[in-house]
Amino acid sequence: MNLYAILAIYKFEMARTWRTLMQSIASPVLSTTLYFVVFGTAIGSRMGEIDGVSYGAFIIPGLVMLSLLSESISNASFGIFFPKFSGTIYEVLSAPVSPFEIVAGYVGAAASKSMLLGLLILATARIFVDYQIEHPVWMICFLALTAVTFSLFGFIIGIWADDFQKLQVIPLMVITPLTFLGGAFYSINMLPEPWQSITLFNPVVYLISGFRWAFYGVADVHIAVSFGMTLFFLTLCLTGIWWIFRTGYRIKS
Amino acid sequence: MESVISVQALDKTYDSGFSALRNVHLDIHKGEIFALLGPNGAGKTTLISIICGIVNPTVGTVKADGYDIVKDYRKARGKIGLVPQELCTDAFESVWATVSFSRGLFGKAPNPAYLEQVLRQLSLWEKKDAKIRELSGGMKRRVMIAKALSHEPDILFLDEPTAGVDVELRRDMWEMVRELRERGVTIILTTHYIEEAEEMADRIGVINKGEIILVEDKSVLMDKLGQKQLHLTLDHPLEEIPSGLNGASLALGEGGHTLIYSYDSHDDNVGVANLLSNLSTQGINVKDLHSTESSLEDIFVNLVKEH
Repeated sequence: MNLYAILAIYKFEMARTWRTLMQSIASPVLSTTLYFVVFGTAIGSRMGEIDGVSYGAFIIPGLVMLSLLSESISNASFGIFFPKFSGTIYEVLSAPVSPFEIVAGYVGAAASKSMLLGLLILATARIFVDYQIEHPVWMICFLALTAVTFSLFGFIIGIWADDFQKLQVIPLMVITPLTFLGGAFYSINMLPEPWQSITLFNPVVYLISGFRWAFYGVADVHIAVSFGMTLFFLTLCLTGIWWIFRTGYRIKS
Repeated sequence: MESVISVQALDKTYDSGFSALRNVHLDIHKGEIFALLGPNGAGKTTLISIICGIVNPTVGTVKADGYDIVKDYRKARGKIGLVPQELCTDAFESVWATVSFSRGLFGKAPNPAYLEQVLRQLSLWEKKDAKIRELSGGMKRRVMIAKALSHEPDILFLDEPTAGVDVELRRDMWEMVRELRERGVTIILTTHYIEEAEEMADRIGVINKGEIILVEDKSVLMDKLGQKQLHLTLDHPLEEIPSGLNGASLALGEGGHTLIYSYDSHDDNVGVANLLSNLSTQGINVKDLHSTESSLEDIFVNLVKEH
């Protein structure tokens, strides 16, 4: 195992975060804070409880998940896309590193950044909304699993994308709508049929539901199903990355 | 001679169907400076990219210091440093950070003293904290070399190392390459500047249309394929070569003022004395004379033309 290489990639990627602190950390924290202010405090104070949880507290897991998903994807996709774009990928490809080590470096850094961001958002939310975490270990577990899974997904997008527009298409056109429609702001039990059943095809439902269960012990779907689906997405992404390195898709001719 | 890079029956056909390399066999000797020459699109960069692990071979095997580049890729790649043709750098990183990154990527423990030595050698030490985007083109080229040397490779590939570099820096780089060779590093360079190969290389390989058409010691190559010419400046211009001299390899220069005699310098009887005597007999007076030797460039152009 080339641990120095993993560390080199990891440190290199994290250095970019510190260089672009406003864009990487401050901006997503600020935009999520605005959600808390508008939906949690202003509108939320006039809304009733959902499953025994105040509306302001109810939307916290969904909002954290919204940032976690989009930041994991964009961090990891940009991390691998930029060396491809600038040509510096030659160095990674010519180094004595295995695909696992490359992925561990890039995805590890992307997941660390988005987890850090998620925790910062949670800390910020505390200023505006009172909430509790019933299952802190599970909360961290879901946070980490989701960050890693969607960083892997972002890595795949970064390999697939051959221009900056493609880099943005999936997070903006797919992930954000799925998160908004995945129960970030409401319980899917509030939806009429057939939308309730249709929503179950949205993978983000399981992530938000599981994460919310870790906070309040209430969930739209059973925790075991949420956990199982998260592991399923993780496996799917790992399979995709295995295939990329096996075939050299868009990285090696 | 011990081979440090061994390429056997190497083929590369891209997905587009373009055949970039065809049945390439090549051995690079330990400690030598090997220049790979070829016109644009000949396959130089593809060959280097395969050896370094950036491009997959279609058929064939490559070994670096005895290690197969596919099966033993960690050991093989750890031996190699690569300076690519393009200036691919992390624009927003500092020189020190990017060189440290390269060392770590190749699995080496941090060694600030060694990196300092490399940067000083390349006149980059003063710029170690500068962002790469702030550097000139020549400085960026040096950074690329520093990155390639950061993990102490035994084999260094320089793909067009002095392209777009001013004369002074080019001379500095030649000096640095020689020093590396003194330390036992094997150097393989591709270049468009034939004078560069002529100045530095121990052996020359010529690649054209994906095939290695020649590998030879530089001196042997120059001797074998080099021609000498004697330029005779005449008192009075000639309209045609006099009939008595037709047997010799003679040509008339522009305006008939110069007579050019081509000969093989290794021939026992080069015929210069005979030629001068014949000219004198025919009443042709020679005002001045000088000889020229084919350069590597002439040899290269002729070789590529033939293939």
